[in-house]
Amino acid sequence: MSRAEKKPLSERAKAERKLGWMLCAPAAIVMLLVTAYPIGNAIWLSLQKSDLRFPDQSEFIGLSNYVTVLSSHLWWRDVLNTVILTLASVSIELVLGMLLALAMHRAIFGRGLIRTSALIPYGIVTVVAAFAWRLAFAKAEGGFMPGLLSSLGIIGDQTDPLAQTSTVSTFIVAILAEVWKTTPFMALLLLAGLSLVSDELHEAAKIDGATAWQRFWRITIPLMKPAILVALLFRTLDAFRIFDTVYILSNSGGNRSIETVSVLGYNTLLSRLNLGLGSAVSVLIFFSVVLIAAGFVKLLGTNLDQQTGSS
Amino acid sequence: MGRCSWRTRRVITPALLLYAALVLAACGGSGQSAGGPVKLQFWAYNEPSGAFRSAAEQCTKDSGGKYRISFQPLANDADTQRQSLVRRLAARDSSIDIMSMDVVWTAEFAEAGWVAQFPDAIAKQIKDESLAGPYDTATYQHKLFAAPANSNTQLLWYRKSLVKGAPPKTWDELIDTASKMKKAGRIEIQGAAYEGMTVWFNALVASAGGQILKGPQKADPGPAWTKAANIIAKLANSQAADPSLSSQKEDQNRIAFESGDAAFQINYPFIYPSGADVSKKFQDDIGWAPYPAVEKGKPVEPPIGGFNFGVGAYSKHKDEAFAAAQCLRNEKNQKVAASDGGLPPTIAKVYEDQKFRKDYPFADLIKKQIEQGGVRPETPAYADLSLAIATTLSPPGRVKGQEALQELKNKISKALKSEGLL
Repeated sequence: MSRAEKKPLSERAKAERKLGWMLCAPAAIVMLLVTAYPIGNAIWLSLQKSDLRFPDQSEFIGLSNYVTVLSSHLWWRDVLNTVILTLASVSIELVLGMLLALAMHRAIFGRGLIRTSALIPYGIVTVVAAFAWRLAFAKAEGGFMPGLLSSLGIIGDQTDPLAQTSTVSTFIVAILAEVWKTTPFMALLLLAGLSLVSDELHEAAKIDGATAWQRFWRITIPLMKPAILVALLFRTLDAFRIFDTVYILSNSGGNRSIETVSVLGYNTLLSRLNLGLGSAVSVLIFFSVVLIAAGFVKLLGTNLDQQTGSS
Repeated sequence: MGRCSWRTRRVITPALLLYAALVLAACGGSGQSAGGPVKLQFWAYNEPSGAFRSAAEQCTKDSGGKYRISFQPLANDADTQRQSLVRRLAARDSSIDIMSMDVVWTAEFAEAGWVAQFPDAIAKQIKDESLAGPYDTATYQHKLFAAPANSNTQLLWYRKSLVKGAPPKTWDELIDTASKMKKAGRIEIQGAAYEGMTVWFNALVASAGGQILKGPQKADPGPAWTKAANIIAKLANSQAADPSLSSQKEDQNRIAFESGDAAFQINYPFIYPSGADVSKKFQDDIGWAPYPAVEKGKPVEPPIGGFNFGVGAYSKHKDEAFAAAQCLRNEKNQKVAASDGGLPPTIAKVYEDQKFRKDYPFADLIKKQIEQGGVRPETPAYADLSLAIATTLSPPGRVKGQEALQELKNKISKALKSEGLL
């Protein structure tokens, strides 16, 4: 089961492995050039006092930018906002995406049509989609939703769901916008996983008297686990770096109650031109993303090991 | 190339030629063809009435073939315009020949060396014809870094059909009057966490007899700060506050005022020509009064805004750009900007023009306010300062009294040293 027990490689396998490395090399070198340099540069900048407006005052200050960021109330508030948005939108997307995937999988006719129409929101530019949501919900911009919601008695007739003072409804709108936009993506990834589950297993279980519910939980889900994990990995990474939706819904950052870490990094880098502090924020976001990815990859790895081990 | 086969060479040579052609075409775009007019790129606020764009066309014609101004529109709000410009300027972009600069950017841009200082001869001409207030906003350490294009100031606008008697003179009167009104008793004002919040606070502090900074690097807290924060809190917590106050910018104020939700609005004069788009009847119903005072009898120092046209320090055609900047803000173009876009002129003589006075019935009040206006603090770290103020005070009413004083002082001191997250 574990790698140490594997037999030593044959000559042929060694040669194949070498060829594999050589075929990968060009891509790997380009990737290093376009990602390693910017990442290295950001880390280097984050250790400096560096402001584009005052180039003469640059100096090496070690970790003090990180101390500033990590001891700031604002950073932790934005981390919390980001985590709330990520958890809420990804979990709703998983449930809806699964339903959509099942519908697409089971559909006998019009499969192509369903698949295409489900993908439309995902095809819309995020900024445009976010504007549509903002113009619908912002009372200050004459959106129609506040009137509709208050006539249904859901909100008061004086409430603006996107004002800085109505934090909860701003979050709900942002989560809805994200879910609407990216559920199709989740559904497509899950659909790929669904097609891995063979019909024979289902039929055998049916003969043994298993209900549809039992078959879903005992057969479909376990076999789909790698696909679910991959879908969750992609979406969590995306959601954690959320920028466009939040930036537009908050009226270009004017509503700070929903600010996420990416918006904070953007403000520090591009508004204040503070490269040192801004890079520290970016590097911290980068490490958070690496942590999330590593967690998922580990889960995925044990999952694959279990599957290959048992077969 | 020795080992290159004939076949490979046959593919590579055309590819190289194509590449060279593309590179040359790209270079040709930003340069000039020999003898023809110089192409100047004018990066400016996409002023809704199109006044800046038409000024660019007019000046191209007037130059007699010396230069051709190509208009590059920037975003609608000042913060976003600045981001687009500084991103390019910090990378030494030579394509920025002329740019529209908000009056508060002068110190930052000049200190960073992003704008070119105007030659003495042109600077003197500009000084002689401009109003003193707007001229000062274009200078840094007594040197001229931009041509004052238009000034701006906020007035108290109201619906004549709804407001009985004389319009309120102080903030207290204004809030009380609006709160007591049965219908449309709202005051539209900018309350989102952005530059507009800083504008409001600065005007209140200045009108209360205080200032935000002492010199470019030091906060100057005092009773005026407390008074200003208390007025903001009073308005935000009163009946007169718009439910969307905490996310409103100038344009959302205009929309609410036009839709009939509010009898009052504190805003720039662009709302007046834009009122004509609603209906002539609506425009006739708009009344105006001086910016409210903090205390009865104390002089008001209303907000001063506007745009100046600067010349990019990395431009390859500075001489033409200086001439073009001067043309873009000449008398003729300022008149168009005023009557179409509501932008107050910076050239004193324009205020005497009969046609202008008819299109701009509040000309005298605007001129008076511009002359007594409270200029925002002059510091190279202005963007940080403004962010510190706006995020502390917005949502409006979040802090007041001593608490506001302390929090603002801490944040401003840090911001001026470009420390801390904001």
